[in-house]
Amino acid sequence: MPEAGVPVGYFFAVSTLLFSLGVFGALRRTNPVAILMSIELMLNAVNINFVAFSRHLGAADPVRGPMFAIFVITVAAAEVSLGLAIVLALLRRRRSADVNEFDALKG
Amino acid sequence: MPQHAWIIPALPLASYALTVFVGRRLGERAAYIGIAALGLATVLAFWTLAAVGGGASAAMSVPWLRLGDWEIRMGFQVGRLEAAVLAMVTLVSWMIFIFSKGYMHGDARFNRFYAHLSLFVTGMLTLVMADNFLLFFVAWEIMGLCSYLLIGHWFEEVENARAAFKAFLVTRLGDVGLLLGIWTLAAATGSLRFADILEKVEAGELSGSLVTVAALLLFMGAVGKSAQVPLHIWLPDAMAGPTPVSALIHAATMVAAGVFLVGRTYPLFEAAPAALATVAYIGAVTALVAALIATVQTDIKKTLAYSTMSQLGYMMLAMGVGGFAAGLFHLEAHAFFKALLFLAAGSVIHAVHTQDMHRMGGLIGPLRLTGLTFLAGALALAGIPPFAGFFSKDAVLVAVHASPYRALFWVALFTAFLTAYYMTRAAALTFFGRPREREVIEHAHESPPVMTAPLLVLVVPTALFGFLGPWFQAFVGGHEAHGAEAAPVQALAIGAAVAGILVAWAIYGFRALDRRTAIRLLKPLYVLFKEKFFFDHLGLAVARLGMLLSLAVGAFDRLVVDGLVNGVAWLVLLIGRGARALTAGSAQAYALVMLAGVVIGLFIYQVLGRVG
Amino acid sequence: MLSLLIFLPLLAAVPILLLPAGREQEIKRLATAAAAAPVLLVALMWPGLGAGGPGFLYEVRVPWVPSLGIEYHLGVDGISFPLVALSALVFLVAVLASYGIRERVKEYFALVLVLEAAVMGVFTALDYVLFYLFFELVLVPMYFLIAIWGGPRREYAAIKFIIYTMAGSLLMLIGILALYFHTGANTFSIPEIARRAPELVPPSWRLWVFLALFAGFAVKVPVWPLHTWLPDAHVEAPTPISVILAALLLKMGTYGLVRITHPTLPEAAREFAAALAVLGVVNIIYGALAAMAQRDFKKLVAYSSVSHMGYVLLGLAAGTAAAVNGAVFQMVAHGLISAMLFLLVGVFYDRTHTREMERLHGMYLATPTAGVILAFAGLANLGLPALPGFVAEFFTLQGVMQVGTGFFTRIAYVTVIGIVFTAAFNLLMMHRVLMGRPREEFAALPDATPRELATLVPLMAASLLLGVWPAVIMRMTNGPVSEFIRILGGA
Repeated sequence: MPEAGVPVGYFFAVSTLLFSLGVFGALRRTNPVAILMSIELMLNAVNINFVAFSRHLGAADPVRGPMFAIFVITVAAAEVSLGLAIVLALLRRRRSADVNEFDALKG
Repeated sequence: MPQHAWIIPALPLASYALTVFVGRRLGERAAYIGIAALGLATVLAFWTLAAVGGGASAAMSVPWLRLGDWEIRMGFQVGRLEAAVLAMVTLVSWMIFIFSKGYMHGDARFNRFYAHLSLFVTGMLTLVMADNFLLFFVAWEIMGLCSYLLIGHWFEEVENARAAFKAFLVTRLGDVGLLLGIWTLAAATGSLRFADILEKVEAGELSGSLVTVAALLLFMGAVGKSAQVPLHIWLPDAMAGPTPVSALIHAATMVAAGVFLVGRTYPLFEAAPAALATVAYIGAVTALVAALIATVQTDIKKTLAYSTMSQLGYMMLAMGVGGFAAGLFHLEAHAFFKALLFLAAGSVIHAVHTQDMHRMGGLIGPLRLTGLTFLAGALALAGIPPFAGFFSKDAVLVAVHASPYRALFWVALFTAFLTAYYMTRAAALTFFGRPREREVIEHAHESPPVMTAPLLVLVVPTALFGFLGPWFQAFVGGHEAHGAEAAPVQALAIGAAVAGILVAWAIYGFRALDRRTAIRLLKPLYVLFKEKFFFDHLGLAVARLGMLLSLAVGAFDRLVVDGLVNGVAWLVLLIGRGARALTAGSAQAYALVMLAGVVIGLFIYQVLGRVG
Repeated sequence: MLSLLIFLPLLAAVPILLLPAGREQEIKRLATAAAAAPVLLVALMWPGLGAGGPGFLYEVRVPWVPSLGIEYHLGVDGISFPLVALSALVFLVAVLASYGIRERVKEYFALVLVLEAAVMGVFTALDYVLFYLFFELVLVPMYFLIAIWGGPRREYAAIKFIIYTMAGSLLMLIGILALYFHTGANTFSIPEIARRAPELVPPSWRLWVFLALFAGFAVKVPVWPLHTWLPDAHVEAPTPISVILAALLLKMGTYGLVRITHPTLPEAAREFAAALAVLGVVNIIYGALAAMAQRDFKKLVAYSSVSHMGYVLLGLAAGTAAAVNGAVFQMVAHGLISAMLFLLVGVFYDRTHTREMERLHGMYLATPTAGVILAFAGLANLGLPALPGFVAEFFTLQGVMQVGTGFFTRIAYVTVIGIVFTAAFNLLMMHRVLMGRPREEFAALPDATPRELATLVPLMAASLLLGVWPAVIMRMTNGPVSEFIRILGGA
């Protein structure tokens, strides 16, 4: 269904920017809450892509793309609640929320 | 009777089992079990001999094993050769069993001694009667085992244990040759039975080189067992065992097994002239070397040990030059008088508690019976008629004379001279002259009848067996002695013997020549003989080399093989340590690496995708 | 019958684990009963074996994972049954010898029984998956038995043992899978695959598949130079576990060669025969030399195992009736003899707390009965006639000679060097341990106890029986071995 409107490249530009911001944040920030937020950014970049592609490719079933996005949003919400719970647990235990202080995964 | 000859070795075997299991309760009375068993066996053996003399013979076998389509049977055969040797072995063993009752009285391991002695006799009798190589070898090794156990009977002294160790290992070296010989023959003929193998050999079905190799390999076993140069070094050390053991094993029977082996497989040797020549030369060298060493021994048992070795060389020499019957005749005669000599020596040692002849002297006074019987044995060994040794040695000399080996005849004759010399020397030092040490002779008294009676019994064959010579040689089926040439050889033999006796008597009897002067005059030779031609040093060097090799392998295993293994493990560990640094535990670092991985993966996919 | 052999010990382990740890008496009794049961079963099965022809007896065959063709398939023939019988005897002996264990008795006996089940499984399984399962299952209890009840360096030894055997097993697994996919019959049955493999495995693959399987078994045998786990494992393992290790676990390797590699890939086996013969001779001579260099009694016995297992390799390489029968016989013979020797090492260690042979001298005087038995075992190890080691070695080398090629004749000539060194190290061992007078602190040691005699005497009796009348075993082995040789192409 090729339609006039915003070209699909613009959506990519936005989602790429969002994703890169998310990656940078997830890698650089030391506050776990900020990291979670950055991950949200990355997921939302993906969501934009889903929706944009769905529209751009004119899928037979126009709901499928947005459907994925809704799923991702749901899972992300659950994930964040879990993540925040972990952060709270960490805060209680270690009186700190700096990720650099957690290296229990060390080999 | 020959059909039931298997009972003969079964008797001492039963005696062994009884002595082991109920012997402890009987105390020294356990000896009677062995003595009774051997007595019965002797009677049966002579009965068998009579029956075989009457033309009977027997063979029996039972199926033992099947390998593929190859059926192996175990069995006995009793013909003339076997019957003759059986009779000798049982009689001599019986006498030694009786003698040991007195000699070993009070020994801490009296029962064990009798048990091992019984097992040994079982081995010897089985060996003689075996109809196949496997049973022969089993018996051969059982004797080796008993020899080991009996030499080491007084194992508290490390020296005795070491002698036992040496005897086992050195004879094992020869056994390996025997095993290879057996395997070669069995592989070539598809059978382990003597009859099958010899039949094929005589029919000329085997290649000449194979027969020669097999014969030489078998002979290697005989060299070990019969103490021929260069595997003889164990025999003198074996004198560490109790004297009856020396008499039984290291003089009369076991060491004769090697000669018997050559006799048993004689057609094989006849088909391999090179092997036969080897037998002759080794025999001659052994006879001479041992006789030379015997002239400087001061230990009465060692003198006899070297004389045994020398006489075994004689037997081998006879075999080697084709004197099959002469060799076996000497084997039997030698068994009688050497057993007598050793037992008499045992009686002496029992009385004076030393083996050093220089500390004895004049013992003929207190030990009249022992002395006289020893003299009979010595005269037999020296080759003075009418004793058995004269006839048998003469038969050997005649056989050698009739062969093309001129030089060997003179070697044999010279050995005969030496034999007479050292036996006279031994007799003179032990029994005659003035007593050299008062306390030695003061406590000396004649042994009890249980020990002297066997001596007296053994004097009979020592004195008379020789007259059976022509009959015996015809009986065992060999070639008749060459009557025409015999007379000059006999004269030479007697001459050599008398000369030996006279020279020895001149030095040790009349002291016409001081022995210290003689030693000084012949210093290099004396050292050479005293050091036993340095064969022991050679043996020790070989043993050290083996030990060194094993230590090298041990170190190699620890350092190189295992080192390599641990090296690999260490390398893996190192890589692991390196990898560990990458995983500092920061989830963000991991995510970064993941990202890099994805980027690199994508990049590669792009590039390769283009190229592909 | 065969399932009982495997599951009886396994099931008996359960009540043992349920018993409270304090009731050691009951635990020991129960374990003994559980180990005695297989002996009884073996005795019941013995007459059925008869003069064992080709083919399997007492077969059990139940589909297990039908979609993949995996079956629960057990069976014995004349080659495996003697090993099953040996296992039953050795485990009973090992359990009896374990009465002295003090720590965690419950877990120990349970693990031993699991081990027995696994070993029995290896010797009876006729399905590759089942076989592999049992083969690996053996490692688990073995690892713990060494790592928990072992000597001072037990962890090193246990890990070395497990890594070695796991590495080998992995290669073996690859080999098994290669066979499975090449034969393509949707079956893991060992005899079935053996029937098809010669045609279906492409020639270019044969040697590689053979080598992969061989690698798995070679570690167990152990074939030089993969043997260094053995001395360490032996030295660190407690006595009864050493006994099991030497008497049975090593046999799993050579059994694998007889049961799997050679009949399944006869062409590759023929190609590999010369190399196998050389490896065998290296094992024999190298093992004997290394044994002679040891000062530690237990290490000496361990290296002597390396040497004796070489005869099995050599016999299989020669592939004549006498050689293969000798090789199979050697497995049983070595099982009995090495079990005796390790038990004796334990007997002396329990009394003197040393394995240094230099310090042990004079044991003949100190402990006469144990001394005589050690002499018996040492002489058996040396290959003295009328004892089984001799029979095995005699016929193995006889068979090697019968091959008739110059190569194998030369092999036989070289092997006898090993015989001389075997005599040397055994005599040296007896000389050091038994002869002379004991040290003062060892002068008043107690002689062998009735329980120790109960472990040693059956092994002695079995040795003597097999040495004098080897037909007891060879009667069974001859049929399957003839078949084995026929498959091998009479090479």
